[in-house]
Amino acid sequence: MSEQKANRFGFAINRSRAINYDTSDRKVREYVTMREPSFRLCFACGGCTATCTAGQHASFNLRRMNTYIRRGEIDSLREEVARCMLCGKCLLVCPRGVNTRNVVATTAEALRKLDRNEL
Amino acid sequence: MKEKRKHVIVAGGGVAGMEAAGSLAEMGIRVTLVEKGEDPGGHLLQWHALFPGRRPAEEVRKYLRKRIAHENINVITRTTVEKVRHHGHEIIADLSGGTEERADALIVATGFDLFDAHRKEEYGYGIYDNVITSADLEEMFNGKRVVRADGSVPSRIGFIHCVGSRDEKVNNNHCSKVCCVTAVKQAIEVRKLLPESEVFCFYMDMRMFGPYYEELYRESQEVHNVNYMRGKVSEASVNINNRLVIKVEDTLAGRPLKMELDLMVLMVGMEMSKPGARLAEASGLNTGINRFLESADQHYGTNRSGVAGIFYAGTCTAPMNITDTISHSRSAVEETVRYLGGR
Ligand SMILES: Cc1cc2nc3c(=O)[nH]c(=O)nc-3n(C[C@H](O)[C@H](O)[C@H](O)COP(=O)(O)OP(=O)(O)OC[C@H]3O[C@@H](n4cnc5c(N)ncnc54)[C@H](O)[C@@H]3O)c2cc1C
Ligand code: SF4
Ligand code: SF4
Ligand code: SF4
Repeated sequence: MSEQKANRFGFAINRSRAINYDTSDRKVREYVTMREPSFRLCFACGGCTATCTAGQHASFNLRRMNTYIRRGEIDSLREEVARCMLCGKCLLVCPRGVNTRNVVATTAEALRKLDRNEL
Repeated sequence: MKEKRKHVIVAGGGVAGMEAAGSLAEMGIRVTLVEKGEDPGGHLLQWHALFPGRRPAEEVRKYLRKRIAHENINVITRTTVEKVRHHGHEIIADLSGGTEERADALIVATGFDLFDAHRKEEYGYGIYDNVITSADLEEMFNGKRVVRADGSVPSRIGFIHCVGSRDEKVNNNHCSKVCCVTAVKQAIEVRKLLPESEVFCFYMDMRMFGPYYEELYRESQEVHNVNYMRGKVSEASVNINNRLVIKVEDTLAGRPLKMELDLMVLMVGMEMSKPGARLAEASGLNTGINRFLESADQHYGTNRSGVAGIFYAGTCTAPMNITDTISHSRSAVEETVRYLGGR
């Protein structure tokens, strides 16, 4: 087990923690940007997350989700997107006028298409 | 025959207008300084100590008062410049009250208005007692007493950045530039006045653009223990203990956060002044997408209106600090004098 021997820190490193931007899948981002162009305006203020009822108890965070879409972090995205209740409270807060609710809906749609190889 | 002495009208007697009037007078030009308020001074009349060095605002006020105490300057107060028009080479300013003033050139120095915090209803200004603005806090500093509405001493104070700026919801996409450093300055002042208190600044980006600003930010952490939290506060409410409760995302931790505050300070932004906007509209002067006056050129013509004989000085063109306002005002004078000489 040369790999274990080389690991002097005493724990196994399974998968890289780094976001590999060059191998990441940006199809979802392209889809969301095309269907909901206001998505590009997010400047990560967290106003939506602060006001979101779904995020108070479970790990759901719209601001972080926007970042995952941009970076092509699809696995992380899947966990997030299902939790939104599409209530639209965040729409009233967003200082950049992002159509937040539609970003979530469009992302869910993109993921479904991705699974069916339609993206 | 001696040439008739040149005459310039300055519309607005804040920092920009006072500095312009003083510079022109010094060069032997006759000046009529028209100010809407009771006294010249503009917003500077309200401030206590100035960033970055926290010198008393009175020092700069004194400088400006001396600047306009010149025999070439005629100060008219409680009067608004309503409209500017041309009559041949002459500039005619219509003043409130129906009078008019004739001159060879005019400098617009109508400054800014503070964003009206009532418009961000979710923060409860005018609804909850202990929500105040940065300007209200300056007034408290002037009285040397920072207290809650019931007179008690606040133990936790929060500064909310970008109130009325960078916010599509209130039709202001611009950054007001001075409120970040004002928050840092005020946070330090509060910590010095109330050493037992805890102070938090809620910011989206810390914009420390000027000399010594970043150092002041550093000092606020190193010496005064000011806390910074990155996130836009979405709303405030009041609990049964009559403390404010704010909702924000701690975006660096990636989790929503609730916090009780005793006093909440809204860092209100800068908007084009209403009397300035009226003047622009009546006189056909261009305004930009941020509603401030639009200069003829963004790089080498920020004092030019594009209309002969009319020039711009200070925050009527964009948010700026006192230092930049004074520089801008001096360059407006240079443009004006060049124009007068070339006619
Ligand atoms: C909360 C806060 C704190 C600040 N603290 C600092 C600081 O510590 N240090 C610093 O460098 N800068 C500070 N600034 C910035 C500073 O206030 C401005 O740079 C400065 O006031 C700009 O001067 P001005 O003459 O352009 O505008 P103003 O101060 O707005 O003056 C304009 C004047 O024109 C008058 N007027 C308007 N329209 C008309 C009209 N049509 N006819 C006649 N008169 C008219 C108004 O009554 C007013 O007196 C602060 C700003 C804010 C918001
Ligand atoms: S629409 Fe979704 S993200 Fe927005 S507040 Fe409602 S649950 Fe939260
Ligand atoms: S409120 Fe708007 S700008 Fe702020 S993080 Fe959410 S989507 Fe982005
Ligand atoms: S200077 Fe700071 S507080 Fe003011 S609008 Fe710009 S980012 Fe917001």
